Amino acid sequence: MKILITTVAPNLESEVDPRFGRGAYFLIVDPNTLEWHAHPNPGVNASGGAGIQAAQFVVEQKVDAVISGDFGPNAFDALNAANIAMYLFGATRTVREAIARFNAGELERVGAAAPQRRV
Amino acid sequence: MKIAIASGKGGTGKTTIATSLALSLANVTPAPLFLDCDVEAPNAHLFLRPTFERRQKVGILIPRVDESKCTYCGKCAQVCQYHAIAVLGKKVLVFAQLCHGCGSCALICPDRAINEVPGVMGVLEAGTARAGIAFARGVLNIGEPMAVPVIRQLKKWITPAPNQSVILDAPPGTSCPVVESVRGADFLLLVTEPTPFGLHDLRLAAQIARELKIPAGVIVNRDGTGDARTDDFCAAEHLPILLRVPFDRALAEGIARGQALVDVRPEYGAWFRQIVAQIANREVVR
Repeated sequence: MKILITTVAPNLESEVDPRFGRGAYFLIVDPNTLEWHAHPNPGVNASGGAGIQAAQFVVEQKVDAVISGDFGPNAFDALNAANIAMYLFGATRTVREAIARFNAGELERVGAAAPQRRV
Repeated sequence: MKIAIASGKGGTGKTTIATSLALSLANVTPAPLFLDCDVEAPNAHLFLRPTFERRQKVGILIPRVDESKCTYCGKCAQVCQYHAIAVLGKKVLVFAQLCHGCGSCALICPDRAINEVPGVMGVLEAGTARAGIAFARGVLNIGEPMAVPVIRQLKKWITPAPNQSVILDAPPGTSCPVVESVRGADFLLLVTEPTPFGLHDLRLAAQIARELKIPAGVIVNRDGTGDARTDDFCAAEHLPILLRVPFDRALAEGIARGQALVDVRPEYGAWFRQIVAQIANREVVR
């Protein structure tokens, strides 16, 4: 299994980056072995459509789930269309902590497969 | 002759100046053509009170993907500079609000799976206004993020008669919609107020004039407020100050009632005509 997390720095001790399309790095992690590799976000300075560009990258990397602070409407539609699970890291601060909470099933899931959020 | 009115900062009096400039020129034949290019919040009609006689929907061509022909090769997504089309496994999504209508995706598609269909972004309206002024404006649909295609088509929609002056009322700011509005103008009137905010944006607007090689001059509105730095800037940049409109309660009250500047202060009519004559005779040089 592979999950992608938006991060501030390219390592497991980094803080999570709350922005999906504009996050500094995409860290792809195996949540069981904690093996990881980092990609700088190519769309960090895009003038527009950064969320879609990021979603396109996520799909190409064939990850199973994405963890970020939130997903904009365009990124949300794109990830939903590709059936990629989206999780919010909520109050989590570091990547390591986010993965632990993901493994424990404690992160909130959003999207078509998730229970409806009450507004 | 085409005269564009821009400011940078919003609320400095672009429309106040533009509408009265048009009214001042309305006693000549043909009466001027007025284009309200502030398609996100057009307001010149409040002062010129046109009756609209023609209306046309406008927009750009956006891609529609025939998924029975699509092989999901992803070339359309790669070529799109605006990320308006995404290929996500066995699905293609078009984000119409990001599309600039360039047609690259349809051109590059090896399977001819992309047709371009009209996407409506707004409407153009034209008619005759006070004093016989030919009036046209664009109105961008609410929620639509891109003003430029509507402005571009507004400027193409009506061809001015020979010797007809064109007054272009630009939107505030200094981004793409302003550049699109003032592009091709013979002269750029920069309306400012002598405040730090006014000056900050005047600097940016003056750069647009320089970049586009359009001769420019300044009208200082609410003269008497603020400080001397706007005058200093204009002197240093060799930007002529063509007119000063004092901070005047009677003017503000008139405008709030829908009166034009020249309705409240008719003496400005001759001054506007003089400015236009100076511009036409190339007496105004930066």
